[in-house]
Amino acid sequence: MSAAAPRFTLFSRSQLIVLGLLAATPLLDLAMPSLQLSAPMRTIVTSAILALGLNIVVGWTGLLNLGIAAFAALGAYAFAILTCEIYPFQVGFWWGVLLAGAFGALAGWLLGAPTLRLRGDYLAIVTLGFGEIVQDALKNLPAVTKGTQGINPLPAPTLGMMEFSSETPVRWFYLYLAILAVIVFLCRNLEFSRLGRQWFAVREDELAARCMAIDPDKVKLKAFAMGAALAAVAGALIASQLSSTGEPSNYDFQMSILALCIVIVGGIGSITGVLVGSIVMVGLNNVLLPIATQSLQRAGIGSTGNVLTSPDNYKFLFFGLALVLMMRYRPDGIVHSAKAVKK
Amino acid sequence: MTATEVFLQQVIYGLSNGMIIALVALGYTMVYGIVELINFAHGDVFTLGGFLALTIVGALGAAAVLNPDTLGDSSHWLLLATLVIGAGLFCGGLNVLIDRVVYKPLRSAPKLTQLVAAIGVSFILVNIALFWGGAPMKILGNGNAAAASKNFPEILEGSNLLGEESNVVLRLEDLAIFAVTIPLMIGLTLFVKHTRLGRGMRATAQNPIAAKLMGIDTDRVISATFLIGGFLAGAASVMWSVYNNSISFQMGFRAGMDAFTAAVLGGIGSLPGAMIGGVLIGLIRSLSDGYIETRWTNVVVFGVLILILVFRPSGLLGLKQREKV
Repeated sequence: MSAAAPRFTLFSRSQLIVLGLLAATPLLDLAMPSLQLSAPMRTIVTSAILALGLNIVVGWTGLLNLGIAAFAALGAYAFAILTCEIYPFQVGFWWGVLLAGAFGALAGWLLGAPTLRLRGDYLAIVTLGFGEIVQDALKNLPAVTKGTQGINPLPAPTLGMMEFSSETPVRWFYLYLAILAVIVFLCRNLEFSRLGRQWFAVREDELAARCMAIDPDKVKLKAFAMGAALAAVAGALIASQLSSTGEPSNYDFQMSILALCIVIVGGIGSITGVLVGSIVMVGLNNVLLPIATQSLQRAGIGSTGNVLTSPDNYKFLFFGLALVLMMRYRPDGIVHSAKAVKK
Repeated sequence: MTATEVFLQQVIYGLSNGMIIALVALGYTMVYGIVELINFAHGDVFTLGGFLALTIVGALGAAAVLNPDTLGDSSHWLLLATLVIGAGLFCGGLNVLIDRVVYKPLRSAPKLTQLVAAIGVSFILVNIALFWGGAPMKILGNGNAAAASKNFPEILEGSNLLGEESNVVLRLEDLAIFAVTIPLMIGLTLFVKHTRLGRGMRATAQNPIAAKLMGIDTDRVISATFLIGGFLAGAASVMWSVYNNSISFQMGFRAGMDAFTAAVLGGIGSLPGAMIGGVLIGLIRSLSDGYIETRWTNVVVFGVLILILVFRPSGLLGLKQREKV
């Protein structure tokens, strides 16, 4: 349980390997331009940030959050309102992302404060309900959120003299990857910090943690707020990438479940696991499925008339099987977290 | 319409929908009471019941069955009974199968592991419903895209029982819902109270280990619970389809959330609680539709759910229980 704090390095070896692999993917794009990988690659990065946020809550603190997409939505809309030219603020990309994260943390705090003392499965349902409420509220308040149109256009990042646009997808990908690397670094330090150890203690045994003078409600609330902040940052990055918040129903239960699949399939509680999980899940969902669909259509099989020949229609089945099989045979995920305690 | 008429109408809608929600909620509450699992897939078992019913109707050829010459005036009721029993048995069997294959091996795993597995099952069932809505429905003439809503034929006559000039509409379907749901609820209550298996259920809910020591075959009790819960969901899905005349592969999510909210509102684990909770959620929905706005109804329902969980997690009739250490 007590992980001795390792010698100071920026990243662990496995994290470095996965980040390095991600950094090398534009080469793949160069080699096979027909695959058009740069857009899904950025999705891998943003999904990884979202899932790292969820990992703090689910993996480290042991609270099931089924509405993480709601915080991504709040982040995206906060970013949009703060940066879009139709609103008076226009604080620019970086302040937009930071303030969106802060807003996410505030929202997580406000939801968590009254609900975190609930039993685990009840809390899961509350977060699910919150996810639905946020979607509906965004849809039903068009005066602020433009309803189903979404808010656009949104600014692309700028960094000193460097400009980012859809013409420079590789540069943009590396910027997002750098943001991911910073977040991985922060998460890694959090994991070994006093707070991180308190989270593990609460996850393993709340009563015992309380006896060690840890206030479970307080540390849970911190986990909830930090997870929400990361999710909101992910939402802001997604929105900037699309130059639009998209419609509120983009941030639906399916998005929350995709993030949960990433954490669970990759390795619950492990940062490397989350990174691997995002590559596997988003790779399957956003790269392999479209490629399979295209090639089937080219072969003349994938007619729109038959539901069975469109790979996209197997998405739910695939998510579902992934969750069931992982829970049954490998509840610790692909990347085994050393701190996950056998029950 | 006068204000009273508007109110009465919403109450009728609310009661009808509420009775259906209550049936689904019973499935949640029974399973939770016995194995402490939020059976997330329950709503999607409900969906598949609707699809089976539509398939039966299509296979029989609704027009032929509903022709008064073949079976007389009771043909509607006969068809309805067939559907309720058929979909009920199908959903019950499916629920038992899911429990055996997925939940049973995880019985001693942490609660969240079980819940995540249940979410996984839910997604698998949604996908099955999507496929079911494709080719098989096309053959039966319910074609177009697999994901589109399917029309469910009008089985019961739709005229207003209160007379054509009345502003308040009460249809045969409303009465049919009561005719199906109330006997089922009474039957369930009697079953749990007075049969040997029912006593076994109550014992297992109280303390599974002690029940086992007393010679109760708890595995059989759990299977029976899933069977009954599934049967009620199947019956509910038939009534829901007949009432709304439309089914879709995702309808179980909303119905399931409403029913779970109802179960929690009534006090999860409590059978009368689920029934009362179902009716209350039905009424809250319809009154919100009528007096607030339809688009805010889901927010209202989820808001109610969160408020109950925060301020009275044991529900209206549930016992206050401490989490076991």
